[in-house]
Amino acid sequence: MASNAAMKPVRRRLLQATGAMLLIASRPLRAADVALPSIPSMAAWLAGRTPRFERIKLDLPSIADNGFAVPMKITVTGPFAPGPYVKSIRLFSETNPVPDMAAFEFLQPLERVEIDSRVRLAGTQQVVAIAEMTDGKLYASVHEVIVTLAGCMDGT
Amino acid sequence: MPDARISIPPKVNRNEPFEVRVQIRHPMETGYRTDDVGKSIPRNVIRAFTCRLDGDVVFSAQLSSGIAANPYLRYFAIAQSSGEMTFEWVDDAGVRGSERVAVTVA
Repeated sequence: MASNAAMKPVRRRLLQATGAMLLIASRPLRAADVALPSIPSMAAWLAGRTPRFERIKLDLPSIADNGFAVPMKITVTGPFAPGPYVKSIRLFSETNPVPDMAAFEFLQPLERVEIDSRVRLAGTQQVVAIAEMTDGKLYASVHEVIVTLAGCMDGT
Repeated sequence: MPDARISIPPKVNRNEPFEVRVQIRHPMETGYRTDDVGKSIPRNVIRAFTCRLDGDVVFSAQLSSGIAANPYLRYFAIAQSSGEMTFEWVDDAGVRGSERVAVTVA
């Protein structure tokens, strides 16, 4: 029993140290997650404005076997009433030959903003979705996708 | 077979978002592929898609080769009263397509 009691603080300290190390290790990873990749056409569209990483969620698989059709879902969380509402959502690709993948515009004061589609991805990359509100505020979400088979080459 | 399949709920509630699902039959040719004799196939993608409700635009999309063949879109819209929802799109070759569905507000 006595030896057991003596061991406890050691184990506790070890666990604390491990926890602290994990925290330190995960920090830079999280910082990298929320940084916008460098996409010239996106930077041109942003024109110096900085989006915040909140409210919008871009859902893509982390690994896509086939870059020809990757299911994509964008959700902007409300509530929005009495405004501002979502005005547009833009989708940018880091490595596609056409970086401006899509732009969706909403002309109604919608309480539910979701977009589902299927995208083509030319190789492993980060994809960015940016929502612009009617008051000009910007919200962004970044998702990295590992693509096994790129979606631009001939499929044969 | 029609060029597009569109699905909305049979009845929607006034001012409440309802789901619109659209799939258009189109190759969304990237312009990076070559045919059997090695000639490059020109780019031909649907550039613009517009959804109107009784003439007013409610949703629009600018697409690119970054959208998969037979583009699929799912989004939400609201209606104040029963009416007609029209869908229009145009590709790089200038070919236009359209479809219409009736919206019934319960």
